[in-house]
Amino acid sequence: MPILVRRLLIFILGCWPASTLVWGAVQQNLGGDPAQYILLQTGFWALRFLLISLAVTPLARLAKQRWLMVHRRMLGLFALFYGILHLLSYYQFILGGNLERLVSETIKRPYILVGAPALLILILLGVTSTRGWMRRLGRHWQQLHRLVYLALILAWIHLYWQVRSSYFDAVLYGAIGLVLLSFRARNYLIKRI
Amino acid sequence: INAALPNQEPIHSDITPYKIVTSYNNFYEFGYNKDDPQANSSQFMPFPWQVEIAGEVAKPGHYHLDDLLKGMTLQERIYRLRCVEAWSMVIPWIGFPLSALLKRFEPTSRAKYVKFTTVLRPKQMPAQDSAFSSIDWPYVEGLRMDEAMHPLTLMAVGLYGKDLPNQSGAPFRLVVPWKYGFKSIKSIVKIELVEQQPLNTWQKIAPNEYGFYANVNPQVDHPRWSQKEERRLPSGLFHPNIIPTQMFNGYAEVASLYKGMDLHKNF
Repeated sequence: MPILVRRLLIFILGCWPASTLVWGAVQQNLGGDPAQYILLQTGFWALRFLLISLAVTPLARLAKQRWLMVHRRMLGLFALFYGILHLLSYYQFILGGNLERLVSETIKRPYILVGAPALLILILLGVTSTRGWMRRLGRHWQQLHRLVYLALILAWIHLYWQVRSSYFDAVLYGAIGLVLLSFRARNYLIKRI
Repeated sequence: INAALPNQEPIHSDITPYKIVTSYNNFYEFGYNKDDPQANSSQFMPFPWQVEIAGEVAKPGHYHLDDLLKGMTLQERIYRLRCVEAWSMVIPWIGFPLSALLKRFEPTSRAKYVKFTTVLRPKQMPAQDSAFSSIDWPYVEGLRMDEAMHPLTLMAVGLYGKDLPNQSGAPFRLVVPWKYGFKSIKSIVKIELVEQQPLNTWQKIAPNEYGFYANVNPQVDHPRWSQKEERRLPSGLFHPNIIPTQMFNGYAEVASLYKGMDLHKNF
């Protein structure tokens, strides 16, 4: 399959969750509290795309499918896209566009306070994901983009601190994240030895 | 249910549509998402139903719900419901005052609190069987005796003029409108009059977040959610229906129950 077709396919798949949310909102079938539903879904999709983008390198190596690497950036940018939608829906749909409350809630609530730097990291990595920035940063580019591991850990804590009655999601996403991070840890240790 | 006396009080706020009341709520026995109770409760069998009355009463025993309802005048009560998660609804319940029920079983002088227990049926309530649950089933709640005897405290068997749907706590539940929603325990099988303050389920899980009283109080923040405001459902996306939360959820007549108490400590 030519690379452009693959890119287009991934782009369409990445937009799919957002389009179902928009369509659901227009049709008014997002349940009793559409604001809460959109907030939850955009948050989960940000985390899912973060995990998918982090799965690319191990998959490409282990399955010897180098062509996968080309698509890592777009998948990472979709994590950023859903992260921003997550923040915007909290700000507008839950807080009614009250900036003062956005600031006070972020400071007061530990689970929001750890979510904020996760999103800031994604924004930073998104901005520096272009070819131009790769060239400018040189070998520092990779060092900078290792911050994605921190973003994943913070995003998971953001989820874990909101557990009320069931640990299912926290365990599921935590286990996947742990597998992906341990791949890096293993490689790092092998290089050191 | 059809014979219920209609609501007599003026209605100041819009009633939340039936569809939203019955498709969006917490009933963790059926799952942790807001749409789980409706989606996962169709297997639940609310009839026949027995309730055990136990503890410090002159007439303990197991009673059929039909017998408990005998002689009770069902009435419609339109109450605001405020969830600790900062959303709220207005719901037309059908029921009778808990005080009428308790008097019938003649509480002794040692009855200081009422402890309620939800049914335990893992086969019909899937989340009671979940390995990931943080809740130690069955769900337990409690009220102080004077709270239980307050005329606002309702035992509900219906809403919107119909039997309670399974997801709303069929067939028999508590409604305490001045407290956060989790106090209003659902599908009750045991009512026990006790001397010691019962340890309610959420307080057991997170005592720093949930207290015994759980009175709606905009001055006392929950660690996860601000309690100063609430989103009254239905709420639009671009113009969310955000309203200030009122002390005791607007039911000022209960304030005398807590005279002299520090409500920051007794949250």
